[in-house]
Amino acid sequence: MDYALHLADNALILGQRNAEWCGHGPVLEEDLALANHSLDLIGQARLLYQWVAELRADGSTEDSLAYFRDPHAFLNFTLLELPHTTALAPSARADRDYAVTIARNFFFSSYMVLVWEMLQNHPEPRLAAIAAKSLKEVRYHWQHAADWLIRLGDGTPASHDKAQAAVDFLMPYTQEFWCEWPAAKHALPDTQDMQTAWWTMVQEVLSEARLRQPEAKGHVTQGVHGIHSEHMSYLLAEMQSLARQHPGATW
Amino acid sequence: MSQNEHANEWPLWEVFVRSKQGIEHKHCGSLHAADAQQAIRMARDVYTRRQEGVSIWVIPSASITASDPADKESMFDPAKDKVYRHPTFFVIPDEVGHM
Repeated sequence: MDYALHLADNALILGQRNAEWCGHGPVLEEDLALANHSLDLIGQARLLYQWVAELRADGSTEDSLAYFRDPHAFLNFTLLELPHTTALAPSARADRDYAVTIARNFFFSSYMVLVWEMLQNHPEPRLAAIAAKSLKEVRYHWQHAADWLIRLGDGTPASHDKAQAAVDFLMPYTQEFWCEWPAAKHALPDTQDMQTAWWTMVQEVLSEARLRQPEAKGHVTQGVHGIHSEHMSYLLAEMQSLARQHPGATW
Repeated sequence: MSQNEHANEWPLWEVFVRSKQGIEHKHCGSLHAADAQQAIRMARDVYTRRQEGVSIWVIPSASITASDPADKESMFDPAKDKVYRHPTFFVIPDEVGHM
């Protein structure tokens, strides 16, 4: 159940982050594409939250799980809550960096293609069905992100440098994909092959994009244990404030 | 606007989408994209979000040669009084069914 919650939180938090581009995209076509992906992710989160709520059978609903939990109760990867900036940039709206958006979507969608591929054969039919639906969506997210990473990396000197900075900045956060924790161990017993497959996917695209492949090393973040970056509470405040000010409101 | 003002913009593409029931691709709009592959992807996000289609074509808008609106009268009006060109004067036997 914690693993389903983790999958749901991943989808919701990245969906919310990427939705920040809605109305601010670099071009209209990308604005729509990103909003589309967010809707896919939030759709996945809803299916998973509904399932978790039923399993809990304690009066939880998809809304209570999304809007009335505090940061420490969220089990998403830290990577997904980070703003659209590299470490040295301030996180003002005007400084959003599309290269960070694309690099993050690329790392995460590469990972989720592998996760959903495995989970679509899961003995629990509900999880298998959600995985099969989500796999189609995330394969497209991957194409979108890989295509852009190649265009940015193999583009102008400025776009290359920004893409490289984004990849370098985000790579250490991908270590969290492979950390062992009990709920994940149960759902994905062997991540060794997945890790190899992930690196192959990443290497192929980075080399086509003429980007240097950084090492994934250093501090391993612990979002899956509910220990988040300082960005998490701001993201949740924006997402949850309306529901908390007007509990039970409908329209 | 002059040509130069568009120099840094991506080229324009015309998008054609074939719907589930449709046989032919129908023009549904245009968009900017750096190349044909990207135009297909963007067309997917811009024009098929509501299950409109099962197939997409894109062509560079610059490849289209259009008739001149000023020629409208000489081009199209002469056809107006030639109703005999419509096949409505034939009686179709029932056995033929829908044509």
